[in-house]
Amino acid sequence: MTLQTSATVDARGLSCPMPIVKTALAIKPLASGDLLEVLATDPGSVKDFAAWSRTTGNEITEQTTDGGVFRFVLRRK
Amino acid sequence: MTLTIERPEDLAAVQEDPAPEALAVPEAGGVVGSKGLVIVNWSGEFDRVLPTLILSSTAAASGYKTSVFITFWGLLPFVKDQRRIVGDNWMQKMLSLMQRPGMSHLKLSKMNFVGMGPWMIGKLSKQYSVASPGELLEAAMLMGVEFIPCQMTMDMFGLKREDMIEGLGEPAGAATVIELMTQPGTASLFI
Repeated sequence: MTLQTSATVDARGLSCPMPIVKTALAIKPLASGDLLEVLATDPGSVKDFAAWSRTTGNEITEQTTDGGVFRFVLRRK
Repeated sequence: MTLTIERPEDLAAVQEDPAPEALAVPEAGGVVGSKGLVIVNWSGEFDRVLPTLILSSTAAASGYKTSVFITFWGLLPFVKDQRRIVGDNWMQKMLSLMQRPGMSHLKLSKMNFVGMGPWMIGKLSKQYSVASPGELLEAAMLMGVEFIPCQMTMDMFGLKREDMIEGLGEPAGAATVIELMTQPGTASLFI
C-alpha cells in the first residue's frame, strides 16, 4: 500500500547532517498528519531518522531500501 | 509537490514564505519545547568547528533551542572571509595574520603539513558529499541556531561588529552563557 505523500525530500548523495536538516525544513510547512517522503543514501540515516523521529515525535510510517536508497515516509506530528 | 533540494542555497527558496523567526526553535515538529543545547565554540580549527556546526544544526532541526557561544580562537571563523588583517594594534593584526580569519580558511588541529592536510580533507569531503563549513553554517542559521559572539575576546582581538559575518546574535559574556547552560533540560558542550 502506498499512501499519498505531500512532499518529497531528495537527500540522495548527501551526508550527515543534511538529510535531517532538509527534512526538518520540509516537514515544517506541512499540516499535522501529512506524509513526507524522504530519499537518502547515507547508511547512517537509518539510525538517524529513527532517533530524529523519537526526538521530534514525527512518526516513521514506512521504511524501505531499494538498491542503496533508503526511503522513509514520515507523518507530520 | 516534490521538493528537490540539492544544496543549502536551495533551502532558502523553500523557506522564503515563513518568517525566519517562525523557524526558530521547537518548530521542526518538535515535542521537546523547553530542551536546549549550548555549545561553547572555542576553537577556530576545521576539525572542531565542523562538529560544532553539525551538532548545532541537528539539535535545532530536532526542535532544541540551540545556542553557540563563539569565543577566543572560535571567533575567527565567524569573521567575514574577505577580511585578511583585523584589529587595531600591531599585536591584534599579527594574530590575525597567524590565524587567517573566515569560515573558508580553517586549518586542521593537526596534520596541516603546510596546507596538505586541509587540502586532502577538502578533497575527501567533496568526494563523500560532506557539506562545507559555509554550507553547514547557513543550514544552522536557517534552522534558528543562535550564534553569540563573546564581547571580551572580540575586544581583545580588536574585532568589531562589522568584521563579523551577518546573522550573529548580540555579543555577550559568560553570565549569558551560564544562564543558558543552567536551564533545565539543557546539555552543554565545550568544543
